[in-house]
Amino acid sequence: MKLKDSLDMSKFPVERIRNFSIIAHIDHGKSTLADRLLEMTGAIATTGNNKQVLDKLQVERERGITVKAQTASLFYQHEGQTYLLNLIDTPGHVDFSYEVSRSISACQGVLLIVDANQGIQAQTVANFYLAFEAQLTIIPVINKIDLKNADPERVEKQIEKVFDIPKEECIRISAKLGTNVDQVLQEVVKRIPPPSARVDEPFKALVFDSTFDHYRGVVASVALFGGCVSRGDKIVSAYLGKTYEVNELGVLRPDEHPTETLYAGQVGYVIAGMKEVKEAQIGDTLYLQKQPVEALLGFKPAKPMVFAGMYPVDQSEYSALHSAVEKLTLNDSSVSVQRDSSLALGAGWRLGFLGLLHMEVFNQRLEQEYNASVIITAPTVPYKAVLSSAKLIKEHGTETITIINPAHFPERSQVTEFLEPMVMGTIIAPDDFTGKIMSLCQSRRGVQKNMFYIDDHRVIMKYIFPLNEIVVDFYDQLKSMSSGYASFDYEDAGYETAELIKIDFLLNGRPVEELTTIVHKERAYSSGKAMCERLQESIPRQMFEIAIQAAVGSKIIARETIKAYRKNVLAKCYGGDITRKMKLLKKQSEGKKKMRRIGNIDVPKDAFINVLKRK
Amino acid sequence: MKLICRYFLKKHVLECKRTSIGDILLRSVATCLPPHADKASLYVHWPYCLKLCSYCNFNKYIPRSQNHAVMTECLQKETETLLQLSQISRISSVFFGGGTPSLAQPSTIAAVLKTVSKHAHVSDDAEVTLEVNPTPSGRASLRDFTLAGVNRFSIGIQSLNDDYLRTLGRDHDSQHALQTVSEARMLCPGRVSVDVMFALPGQSVKSWESELKKLLPVCDDHVSLYQLTLERGTRLFKQVERGELSMPGDDVTAVMYQSAREVLEQAGFLQYEVSNFSKNNAVSQHNLGYWRGQQYIGVGPGAHGRFVPRAVGGDQREARTQALEPDVWIREVQRQGHGTRRRIQLDHHGLLEEVLVMGLRMNEGINQQHWMLFSPEADLYQIFGMSDNIQELQSEGLLILDDRGLRCSWEGLALLDSILPTMLLELEKFLQSRGMIKTRYDNKKLT
Repeated sequence: MKLKDSLDMSKFPVERIRNFSIIAHIDHGKSTLADRLLEMTGAIATTGNNKQVLDKLQVERERGITVKAQTASLFYQHEGQTYLLNLIDTPGHVDFSYEVSRSISACQGVLLIVDANQGIQAQTVANFYLAFEAQLTIIPVINKIDLKNADPERVEKQIEKVFDIPKEECIRISAKLGTNVDQVLQEVVKRIPPPSARVDEPFKALVFDSTFDHYRGVVASVALFGGCVSRGDKIVSAYLGKTYEVNELGVLRPDEHPTETLYAGQVGYVIAGMKEVKEAQIGDTLYLQKQPVEALLGFKPAKPMVFAGMYPVDQSEYSALHSAVEKLTLNDSSVSVQRDSSLALGAGWRLGFLGLLHMEVFNQRLEQEYNASVIITAPTVPYKAVLSSAKLIKEHGTETITIINPAHFPERSQVTEFLEPMVMGTIIAPDDFTGKIMSLCQSRRGVQKNMFYIDDHRVIMKYIFPLNEIVVDFYDQLKSMSSGYASFDYEDAGYETAELIKIDFLLNGRPVEELTTIVHKERAYSSGKAMCERLQESIPRQMFEIAIQAAVGSKIIARETIKAYRKNVLAKCYGGDITRKMKLLKKQSEGKKKMRRIGNIDVPKDAFINVLKRK
Repeated sequence: MKLICRYFLKKHVLECKRTSIGDILLRSVATCLPPHADKASLYVHWPYCLKLCSYCNFNKYIPRSQNHAVMTECLQKETETLLQLSQISRISSVFFGGGTPSLAQPSTIAAVLKTVSKHAHVSDDAEVTLEVNPTPSGRASLRDFTLAGVNRFSIGIQSLNDDYLRTLGRDHDSQHALQTVSEARMLCPGRVSVDVMFALPGQSVKSWESELKKLLPVCDDHVSLYQLTLERGTRLFKQVERGELSMPGDDVTAVMYQSAREVLEQAGFLQYEVSNFSKNNAVSQHNLGYWRGQQYIGVGPGAHGRFVPRAVGGDQREARTQALEPDVWIREVQRQGHGTRRRIQLDHHGLLEEVLVMGLRMNEGINQQHWMLFSPEADLYQIFGMSDNIQELQSEGLLILDDRGLRCSWEGLALLDSILPTMLLELEKFLQSRGMIKTRYDNKKLT
C-alpha cells in the first residue's frame, strides 16, 4: 500500500540536505524568522497571520518563547536544484539548553539571531557557545533592521568583538518585513555543510526528541546518520535492545507528512509501537534488526538545578493533579518528580527543574493545559554534604549525599564539608548600570571573573554565583535596577565548599519542620528575620501570645511576637437570631480541624502558603 | 468511664416512652422532650424605622405607607398560629424588638398581648419589654405602652455624645435620651434598660470612660453594652472604606470593654452576660431565656424562633425564620396564618451546640443540672473533662469546669469567641466517639 500524497524522499541525497537551527536571545525574532522561512518555502501559506507557527503551546505563545523543540522540513529551490532544509527550532532560554544541545546534535549549522537595536544579550552569548563547542557553522543574522533605533553596524562590531566572527559575515534582515530573508536561505545552502552521512551505510538514527501521544504512543524525532529506513522495517533501540516495527514515518513540515522511506542525512519522525515514553530514550540510537551498528554517543541526562515543593490547593484534587503531572512529565523528562508530604500542605511532590523559567513554564502549563491549581513553594537548590560519620556513609552507601529537602540536612558534626551548586552568570548591560549591578552581584556572594566592553557603552560581566543566590529574585532585581536593559543568563559551574547552616523556626518553642531552611552562614540572620516577619504577618492573633523564633542549633537568631487577643467576643445576639452566629462558629471550628496545631497554636494553611510559597 | 456512660444512656432510654431499646440512640434522646416543653418566650419584630442608622444592617424598612391595622392583625394571627403549632401553654416573657417598635401604636402592642393571653398562660409578673427609640414622640407614648401591658423598657440611647449620635445617624440627641430614660424610670422603676455603644468612629478610651461616668448617675438598674461592628453594605462601612471615618483598633476596643466592665462593677452592677449588666437582680428574663436554651417563638418579619412544632407531631426543636420583607410576610400570614420561610431541624447535636454557645455567654455559665436536661446521656465532665485542649484553657485561667458546671472566667468571657470553636470541636468529638452524630447542623433544611 502506497500512500497517495506520500513524499519521495529519495530525491534528496545528502549533498542537497542542510540541517540547521535558529538560536537567539528572547524576543530577538527567532520565531518570526522561522515563520518567514516556512512561508517562503511554501510549507505554510503566506497570509500575514502566521505568528510563532512552531510554538504550539499556549505558554509559548503567551510568553513569546519556545519551550519545546520543533522540526520543519523546507523545500528550497536554489540554482535550479531543490534542497531539503531541515529547520530544527530550539528553545531560546538556557534553562532549556539541554533541548538546544539535543537539537544542535542533529544540525551542522545555526543561524545566530541578534536584535539590531538591543545587540548581543546574555542568552546570545550562551547560545553561541553551545553552537561553537559543537563545532557548527554559525551564520550571524542581524534582525529588526527596520526598527527606528536599529544600529546594525554597532551590532556587527559587537559580534566581531565577542564572537570573533568577521562582520562581513553578518546578514542584515527584517524578519517582520521579509527583507533579505531569501539571502538567509541562500547562505544556509552555501555556508552550512551537508550532513556527513552515507546512504550506503547501515541505517543508524539518533533520537533527538520525542513526544507522547495517547493514541499512537511515542512519536520519536530522529536524525539519520546513515542508511535508510522504511515503513515495515524491524528496528532496534540500542538502549533497551527491544525490537519494533516501523508503523509510520515521515517528515515534519511542520505537520506530519508520512513518507515511505527516510534517507541518510534527513530528519523526520518515526512511530514504531513504542507504548511507553521510557522506550524512546532521548539520545538513543535506532538501527535495523538485521544490521546492528555501534550506538551513537548519547546525551547526558538533564540535571535538575532548582527544586520546589508542589501541592494541590485542595487535597481532594491530589489524584487529578498527580495524573496531570504524570502527563506533563511524559513530554518533559527533565523534570524530576519525587513524592513529598508536608504536615501543613498535605501530600504533594518535590519537583526538580532545570531552572527558574523551566519551573514557571511547568507551573503555567499545569494551570493552562490541565486546569490544576497548585501551591509552589519557594525554590531551593540541591546541596551536597561530604559525610564524615562512617555510620552515615554506610547508611547512604556513599560518602557524598545530595540534599534536596532541608528536613534531611545532616548534623554539622557528621559532615566534613558542605557543598553548594555554583553557576557562571553572564550579564550584559549598558555601562551606566555597572556600579549598581556590581554591588547587587556582590550582595549575592557573586565573584567577578571577567568584564569587558562589547561596544562603546555595553559591558559584559561574568560572575560565579551560588545558585541559591539567584533562584529567587535576582533576575527581577537586575531588571528593575537597569530599567530593563540588563540581560542575564547562567550555566552550571559545579559545586563549591560552602558554610551552610540549617535554620529552624519555632512557634512557642516548638520547631515547625516544614519551615526549616538551609542558608549560607552569612544569610542566617537576614533570612531568619525575614521569615519571622512573614510568619508574624501571616498567623492570626490567638488567645495566647505567640513567640516566633529562628534558631540555629540552640541559638535564637531572630524573634517576633504576636500578641494575644485581649478581647474576642461578639457583643450581641439580636432577637434570638443565633443562626448566623452558630454558622460562623461552626465554620471556625471546622476550619480549626484543618489547621496545623503546634503546641497551643493553630496555624491556618493559608499562613503556611503565604510563608512558603514562591512570591 | 465508658461503662458509666453506657449505664446513663441505658437508664435514660428505658425511661423514654415510645422508644424501644433497640432504636437509634439519637432518636430516642430527641424524642424525650426536655422539661418545660410547654413553656416558651415570645419575640415580636416590628420592622419599621423612621430613618436608617448609618451602622445598621438589621431587618428594617422605611415604610412608604403603613397600615397599622393590617400589621396588628397579622402579628396577632401569626402569634396565634405559632402558639397553636407549638402547643405552648405558658409564655414566660414577651419582647417587642425591631426596627423601632416604639413606632407601633400602643393598641397594636395591646392587641398582640391580648392574643397571647387568649392562647397561653401569661403570669401577671411576666416580663414584657419594649425597645424604645429615645425621640420626643417615643417618650410621649411611653405611658400608653405601659397601659397596653409593657412593663419594661429597653432604651437605645447608644451614646450621650451628640457628635457620635450624628455620625451614627440617630434621630435623637443626648437631651432626648436623658429625658426618655427619666420618664421611663418613672413609669417602670427598676425595669429600664439602656443600650450603649462603644468603639465608635473616632472614640478614644478616655472619651468612652467619661461617657460611662455621665451615664451611671442617670441610668436605672440595667445596662447593655454593645461594640459597634462594621457591617458590609452599611453607610458607615463605606465611610470607613473611603477613609472619612476611622474605627478604633482591636487593642483600643479591648481596653474599652475591660474598662467598662470595671467601671460598671464598681458602680454595683453585676455582669451577668457578655454584654449585659444589672443591679438589684434586674436581669432581663427574656434574654436569659435565650441563653439558657429555652424555647422561643418569633413573630413578625424576619423573626427567629426555636421550638418543637408539637401540634404536627414534631419531636425535635426547629430553628425557624419568618419571611424578611414585611409585604411578603403580610401576604404569607394572610394566606396561611404564618410567614415561616425556613425551618431547620435541630438534631441532638445541633441543640447541644446552641445550649453550649449560648450558655457560656453568661457569667454563671452552664450548670450541671441544666446541661443534663439537654444531655441526659453525658454530663459536662464526661464530655469536656478529659480533653487536653480544655485543660489548657483551664490552666490558662480562661475556663472553669467543676461540680457547679462549665463557665468562663472574667478574662475568658472577653475571649469567648476564641474559646467556643474548641468547645464545639470537643463536643463533636465526644458525640462522634459515641456514634451519636447523624447529620450536620446546616443540611437539614425542611422547606
